[in-house]
Amino acid sequence: MRRKDVLDLDDFSAEELHEVMETAEAMREVLSRPIKRVPPLRGKTIVNCFYEASTRTRVSFELAGKNLSADVVNVGASGSSVEKGESLVDTTRTLQALGADMVVMRHPHAGAPYLVARELSAAVINAGDGWHAHPTQALLDLFTVRDRLGSLEGRKVVIIGDVLHSRVARSNIWAFTTMGAQVVLCGPPTLIPAGIETAVAEGRRRRWGDGIQSGVQKEHAAVKVQYDLDKACQDADVLMALRIQKERQAGALFPSLREYSRLYGLTQERVARAKFGALVMHPGPMNEGIEIMPEVAYGAQSVIEEQVTNGVAVRMALLYLLAGGHGGRAV
Amino acid sequence: MVIGSASSGHRAPLLIRGGRVIDPANGLDAVADVLLRDGLVGEVGRGPDGRGLTAPQGARTIDAAGLVVTPGLVDLHTHLREPGFEDKETIRSGTLAAVAGGFTSVCCMPNTEPTLDTAAAIQFVQRTARAAGVARVYPIGAITRGRKGRELAELAELAEAGAVAFSDDGDCVMDGAVMRHALEYSLIVRRAVVQHAEDTSLSAGGVMNEGPVAARLGLPGWPRQAEEVIVARDLQLAELTGAHLHVAHASTAGTVDLLRQARGRGVYVTAEVTPHHLTLTEDLVAGHWWSATASLPPYDARTKVNPPLRTGDDTAALVAGLKEGVLDCVATDHAPHTATDKRCEYAVAAFGIANLETTLGSVLSLVHEGKLDLVEAVATMTCRPAAVFNLPGGTLSPGAPADVTLFDPEREWNVDPHHFHSKGKNTPLAGHFLRGQVLFTVTGGEVAFER
Amino acid sequence: MVAAERPILDADGVRRALTRIAHEILERHQGAEGLLLAGLRRRGVPLAERLAALIQQFEGVAVPVGELDVTMFRDDLQTRGTRSSLQRSSMPQDVTEARVVLVDDVLYTGRTVRAALEAILSYGRPQQIQLAVLVDRGHRELPIRADYVGKNLPTAQGEQVAVRVQEIDGRDEVVLVHQEPASVQAPGVQAPGVQTQEAHSRGTHSRVAGQPGEP
Repeated sequence: MRRKDVLDLDDFSAEELHEVMETAEAMREVLSRPIKRVPPLRGKTIVNCFYEASTRTRVSFELAGKNLSADVVNVGASGSSVEKGESLVDTTRTLQALGADMVVMRHPHAGAPYLVARELSAAVINAGDGWHAHPTQALLDLFTVRDRLGSLEGRKVVIIGDVLHSRVARSNIWAFTTMGAQVVLCGPPTLIPAGIETAVAEGRRRRWGDGIQSGVQKEHAAVKVQYDLDKACQDADVLMALRIQKERQAGALFPSLREYSRLYGLTQERVARAKFGALVMHPGPMNEGIEIMPEVAYGAQSVIEEQVTNGVAVRMALLYLLAGGHGGRAV
Repeated sequence: MVIGSASSGHRAPLLIRGGRVIDPANGLDAVADVLLRDGLVGEVGRGPDGRGLTAPQGARTIDAAGLVVTPGLVDLHTHLREPGFEDKETIRSGTLAAVAGGFTSVCCMPNTEPTLDTAAAIQFVQRTARAAGVARVYPIGAITRGRKGRELAELAELAEAGAVAFSDDGDCVMDGAVMRHALEYSLIVRRAVVQHAEDTSLSAGGVMNEGPVAARLGLPGWPRQAEEVIVARDLQLAELTGAHLHVAHASTAGTVDLLRQARGRGVYVTAEVTPHHLTLTEDLVAGHWWSATASLPPYDARTKVNPPLRTGDDTAALVAGLKEGVLDCVATDHAPHTATDKRCEYAVAAFGIANLETTLGSVLSLVHEGKLDLVEAVATMTCRPAAVFNLPGGTLSPGAPADVTLFDPEREWNVDPHHFHSKGKNTPLAGHFLRGQVLFTVTGGEVAFER
Repeated sequence: MVAAERPILDADGVRRALTRIAHEILERHQGAEGLLLAGLRRRGVPLAERLAALIQQFEGVAVPVGELDVTMFRDDLQTRGTRSSLQRSSMPQDVTEARVVLVDDVLYTGRTVRAALEAILSYGRPQQIQLAVLVDRGHRELPIRADYVGKNLPTAQGEQVAVRVQEIDGRDEVVLVHQEPASVQAPGVQAPGVQTQEAHSRGTHSRVAGQPGEP
């Protein structure tokens, strides 16, 4: 992979996504061995720099690094020291001085990993920045869907809920549309970011020029917004529920959890409207009974647990590929 | 370069020879000489024989052949930061930046610490500016005490002390009744009430223009309507009260429309637009290459400004509004910040661009692109702003203050903030090439800046 | 590419060598019981499959065949960087207590085999590990030797051995490739099956703009 960092998926070509997927396949096989540890990152130091609490992502990266025989160090930072902003520059200098080979960064503010990546010679992996991006989550989602459904070409992926505040949704839009799927965003209009449909088209034009990248059918690589979940579920191949933050109610973004759940909760009936064998996904942690019903979350069509398992393999793949030291900086 | 002093005792006459003199207030655009005497404009012309004015005894002469000679530029919207934020800018560094950018008069905003909401604070600024002796500084007093938007400041006393207008800039006067009363009360002293139009309940948390780019970058949006609803409300209040409303940093096409309609029905409203809202768009936030070697990375907080950079449709409407006169003038909204204020997460970074030294170049880019003619461009930075706050200057009429700016409209230069006189190096234009640069700035008959 | 190829084994030669190796394996193990053939990616895999087919033919026993990608165990990742040519490995069954025969096309420095030993051990603890290669070209850098060799081939360091197999290259043959020193080879371009200095590595030559042979 000819890049230094993974900050977002907007600059990933279909070929690059394939490369990550195939490497992740190999990593998943490693995870099935009695001895899950392989040595390619021996002697490398990975610093997990989490400015925001996230046990599952941090542990997933930690396992991924350790399985590849890297030394993994966790750096936590309290929210308060981040508020002022200076600490990010300080931390960057420290990371540089410590000689970290790779930095995995979670940050409450969009774009923070860009600031760090441009100062650091180490590879930077964005483990979630504000509302902006969560590329490894999207890659594992893509991996999980590909594993179950094969090609993404022409598939309909419905992302349900609070898209406005969701980095998972934003990264998944790139991952799925680049692979030729159609993404439908479904949620209350207050939680759909203004201009998201054109945002994707413009971003793609900005990155790839007017010619569409190879392997992507123009008509499929689109994003649509729909407010009616019952309609959105029709003919869907994937239904992905997002976590709803209860605090959003205070900002008058929706009237009550009760109404939210009634309109946008993923129920058995709604899943039944989708294609036979459609997948049910959730990035976790779930509010069961609100955005997803327990019988759906633990039902036959749910791949939520696989998402977690695949997360380690996908992160191993990314760490492995970035360690290549090709140094080609992503623009 | 030499920085002179505008307040030194004896002033030798100064003769500026052979430049293209543009004085829009007098409809003048011709090659002529300008003679400055006793701190005032003495004569402009070619002399009785058409061979130029004669230099008086002891006069200094500047050869201005190939240069444009204009009245000293006037800025209605500058943040000098002193008192209180001297790490960002001081009155001295800010006025040095002003003359380096061709501005001989700047109106400074009261969002200092303490706020310019008392006569004493206004006088402090005037005293310090006189001591610095670089450019003319006209303080703007706060509308409300502490700029908190609740109780009116003593507007009459502020005006008597020398406040040329009133503003809570940086914050919007959100309460409609307070704004109405401020407008009404301003009638006593006939000074403009300058509104920073931002409905903070709509812009809350917003750090860039709401729209596709913000959606993509995951940054909270600051919708254009947050500006427009306040402009619309204030226009109604200005109509109601008959007072002078001045709209600071208009940034949207919608604002231009509202202003046009209001002017059409005779509302006493004036408005300004910043060079960045005229020339830059929100796309910069996603990263931009100025050239092969100069770039703005994504999420670079140097693009963060309030109101935010908008879209190409907005810049087009703003340029049209400026040309048409719906927008009276260009104002810099020079907002210097320290590196620390800007070198951080986008959402956390301070709003603002240090503009004094690039404004002329940015406005001239519109001339080079054929969107404005040179005389119009000069007017938007001289007589038009001077008229808004009824300031002296902005013209080369005999007897006017001897404030003159000389620039080479063709000279190309690279924006290197390290060479700024301002303490604020925060500009998204760093590394960009601008065409048109100030070579001399004369304040009160003295050369205050020479490149 | 200007390169002279000298044939070493033709299709019949390859078939005869594999047949002999299959017999030797059966002889040495007194049957096929507990055997597991692990082909090293890429060309070791079809060779292992063919050995398994021959054993099936001779003994009537289906010997399980595994596929090993040893990339992650290589000792030159630190210096040359990780490769994106990573392929999935697979083991048909538990290797613990099995008698594993690693199968590869060419034995050269021994470093690939060392990596393979480590790789197979991550699946468990076999009773025994042996090595079968189609060609042993010498120049070992590690204390490793093959248990079954199709052809011993003395070579010079500058020469390359190309093993081609039907499944990947469309024909079976072994040739010795001698680079003409005067010729300039296009970077990253090589004949199928040619072993570069490190077996199985894909060309990672950096492209130099303006270099002759640049496509």
